[in-house]
Amino acid sequence: MDLAYTEEEEDFRARLREWLGSVLPGLPGKPDPGDWPGRRAYDAGWQRLLYDAGYAGLHWPADAGGRGATPTQHLIFLEETERAGAPYVGANFVGLLHAGPTIAAEGTAEQRARWLPPVLRGDEMWCQGFSEPDAGSDLASLRTRAVRDGDGYVVSGQKIWTSHAEVADWCELLVRTDAEAPKHRGISWLAMRMDSPGVTVRPLRTLAGSTEFAEMFLDEVRVPVSHLVGAENDGWRVTMVTLSFERGTAFVGEVVACRRTLDALAAEARRSGRWDDAVLRRRLGRLGAEFRALWRLTQWNVSEAQASGGVPGIGGSVFKLRYSEARQELYEAAAEVLGAGDALDLDREWVLDRLSSLSYTIAAGTSQIQRSIVAERILGLPKGR
Amino acid sequence: MDFQLSEDQRALRAGIRELLAGRFGRDRMRAAHEGGGGVDRALWRELGKAGFFALRLPEAAGGVGLGLPESVLMFEEVGRALLPGPLAATQLAAGVVKGAAEGEAVVALAEPGRPVEHLDGADALLVLDGDRTRVLTGGVLRRVVDGARPVRSLDPGTPLWRVPGLAAYEGEALPDGARLRCEGALLAAAEQLGGAARSLEAAVQHAGERQQFGAPIGAFQAVKHLCAGMLVRAEPARSAVYAAAVTGDPVEAAGAKLLADRAAVDNARDCLQVHGGMGFTWEADVHLRLKRAWLRSGQWLTAAEAEEVLAADLGHSGAGGCRAHACDATDP
Ligand SMILES: Cc1cc2nc3c(=O)[nH]c(=O)nc-3n(C[C@H](O)[C@H](O)[C@H](O)COP(=O)(O)OP(=O)(O)OC[C@H]3O[C@@H](n4cnc5c(N)ncnc54)[C@H](O)[C@@H]3O)c2cc1C
Repeated sequence: MDLAYTEEEEDFRARLREWLGSVLPGLPGKPDPGDWPGRRAYDAGWQRLLYDAGYAGLHWPADAGGRGATPTQHLIFLEETERAGAPYVGANFVGLLHAGPTIAAEGTAEQRARWLPPVLRGDEMWCQGFSEPDAGSDLASLRTRAVRDGDGYVVSGQKIWTSHAEVADWCELLVRTDAEAPKHRGISWLAMRMDSPGVTVRPLRTLAGSTEFAEMFLDEVRVPVSHLVGAENDGWRVTMVTLSFERGTAFVGEVVACRRTLDALAAEARRSGRWDDAVLRRRLGRLGAEFRALWRLTQWNVSEAQASGGVPGIGGSVFKLRYSEARQELYEAAAEVLGAGDALDLDREWVLDRLSSLSYTIAAGTSQIQRSIVAERILGLPKGR
Repeated sequence: MDFQLSEDQRALRAGIRELLAGRFGRDRMRAAHEGGGGVDRALWRELGKAGFFALRLPEAAGGVGLGLPESVLMFEEVGRALLPGPLAATQLAAGVVKGAAEGEAVVALAEPGRPVEHLDGADALLVLDGDRTRVLTGGVLRRVVDGARPVRSLDPGTPLWRVPGLAAYEGEALPDGARLRCEGALLAAAEQLGGAARSLEAAVQHAGERQQFGAPIGAFQAVKHLCAGMLVRAEPARSAVYAAAVTGDPVEAAGAKLLADRAAVDNARDCLQVHGGMGFTWEADVHLRLKRAWLRSGQWLTAAEAEEVLAADLGHSGAGGCRAHACDATDP
C-alpha cells in the first residue's frame, strides 16, 4: 500500500504543471453558456493545444494515436488540469472518453485511421445517440431501426437527451439491425455523420435554461456499412465496452474540482461570518471527508486497474453512486453558505452548477440502475425484479 | 503509486484472520458476549505472542517493526471477529506500559465524560484529556477503580464503568498526545471498517438464502439496493482508512473515523433490516455489531470532533494532496 508516486510519475506531473502554467494565462475567456459555436470553438482550441503539446488522448493506446499512458499518469493528468483550473473536456467528452476508446478497442485499422486523429486534434466532435424516448434505463429495448440496403443502412427512429448534438460532427449511434432477435442481440453500433440528410436536431431546454442536450429525429438516414463498428448485431457487447469507459474514468477530475469548490465555500463562510454556525461548519467538514475519501477511492481503483492491465473495473459504479450524491450535497451546502440573495442569482456560476448537479444521479445510468449493477455484479445477488 | 495491499500485507491479514477464526470463532464470540464480556487473558497473551501488540515497536526494542497500515489491517480483522477489549489502547501503550507489548497487560482507555471499558480487568489506564495524555498504574489506578461505579452496558461484550473526576489523578505523562489520539482514532476506524464489511457479508448471505414470494429476498430490488448501499458506504471508508494509515495525516484520519463510524453503524442497521424479525433477536449477531459500532463511534474522536477537525482544514489552501504528517506512520 503506497501512495507515493514514482519518480517517473512525479516527472510527468512536473512537466505537465509547467506546461499548464505556460499556456493557461494566454487562454481566451470562457464563452457564454448559450453560445454554442463559441463553446465548440473554445473546446476545440483547448484540445488542439493539448494535441500540439503531446497530451491528447493520453490514456489511449499508442497505436490509436494516444500516448499509452498508465492509468496513474491519466489520473495525474486529470488532477493537475483540474487543479490548475484548465478547461473541462466539454464537447470533446464523447469523442475522447467513449467513442474514441471504443473505436480504438473494437474498430478496424481503417476506422481507427479515419476517426481517431480528428478527435485527438479537436477537429471533430462526437455525440452519443443511445437513449430513446422509450429506451432509457432499459437501453436494450431501443427501437431505432437500421435496414440493410446495398452498401448502406437506412436508419429511422428517434433519439433523445443527446448531449452536444448541436455541435457534433459524428454520432455514436445504437440501432436495431435484427428485429427478430432477443433484444440484446439485435443491436449494432454505427458512426453516423450529423450532417447526413434526414437528421434533424431539435434542442431541448434543460431545467438550467440551457440547451445542453437535444432530440434527434432520424428519417431514412443513409449510413455506409463501413461505419459499423464491431460485428452486425454485436452492438450490445461493444456498448458495454463504451459504458465501462464512461463510468470508469469520466468523473475523476471532477472530484478535484469539488474539493476546490468546497475550499472556496469555506473561505467565503469565514469571510462572511457564517463560519460561526457550527451546524453549517460541520456540514462542510463532513463534505471534506467525502471528497477526500472519493479521491482515495479513485486512487485505489486506478491502482487496481493498473494491476489488471488498464481496464476500468466495475468499482466505477460504486464511485459514481457516492460521487453523484456528494456533489448534490455540496451545492445544497453552497446555497446555505452564500445566502438567499446569491442562491437565487442565476448570474452566479455556482447557481448553474447547483442546477447541473441534479443530473448526476440520472445521466450515465441512474442511481437505481447503478445499485442494481453493484448488487448483482459485485455482490452476486440474484438477478430479479 | 501502488495503492493496493502488498503480498506481505495480504499474508499478515490472512494470518490474523486465521488465528481469530481458530481461537475466537462464532461460538467463542457468543460465549464471550453471554458471559459478561471480560477480557480473555489467554487469548490476549496469544495475540501478544503473535506480535499483535508489539507490531509497531522497533525490532531493536523487541517489536515487529511494522507500521500503521499493518496495524490497521489487523484491527480490521478484530472488528470482523467482534473481538472485545481495549486492544487499541493496549497496542498504543506497548513500549510504555510494562507487559503491554507481550499481551501480559491490559491497558484501558479513559476519556473525560465517557465510561471506561474493562476497567476492572485493567493493569493500566491510558487517560486522554484533550491533547494531554498520561498513564495511571498501581495505587493511583486502584483508587480510580475504587471510586468507579459499574454501568449496565449497552454492549454485552464490553463492561463499562463510570469514573468521576479523572482530572484529580496524576500519572506518567506521555508525549505527543495528539498523535496518540489520531492513531487511536484510526485503529478504531479500522475496527469499524471490519464490522461494516462483516455486516454487509451477513446481509448478502441472508438475502441469498431467505425465500419469500417464491424467490430469494435478494432478488427484490428494495433488498438489493439496501445491500448495494452498504458497499457504497464501506468502500470509500476503506480507502479513507487505508490512505490515512499510509499518510498519517490527522485530518485524513479524522475523515476516515467519521466515514468508518457511519459505515459501521448504518451497515449494521441495514443488515438488521435485511434480516427482518430474525434481525431483532438476541440470537442473531447483528445487534452485537450495532452495539459495538455505537461504542467505538464515541471513542477517540466523535463525529462532531472529527467534523470540526475537517472543517478547520478547509478554506485556507487550495485543494491539496496531503498536508504535513503530524502522526508519523513509521513511528511506534
Ligand atoms: C444531462 C443529461 C445528459 C444526457 N446525455 C445523454 C447523451 O448524450 N446520450 C444519451 O444517449 N443519453 C443521454 N442521457 C440520457 C440518460 O442516459 C438517461 O436519462 C438515463 O439513462 C435514464 O433514462 P430515462 O431518462 O429514460 O429514465 P427512466 O429509465 O424512464 O427512469 C425513470 C426513473 O425510473 C427508475 N427506473 C427505471 N428502470 C428501473 C429499474 N429497472 N429499477 C429501478 N428503477 C428504475 C430510474 O432510476 C428513474 O428514477 C442524458 C441524460 C441527462 C440527464
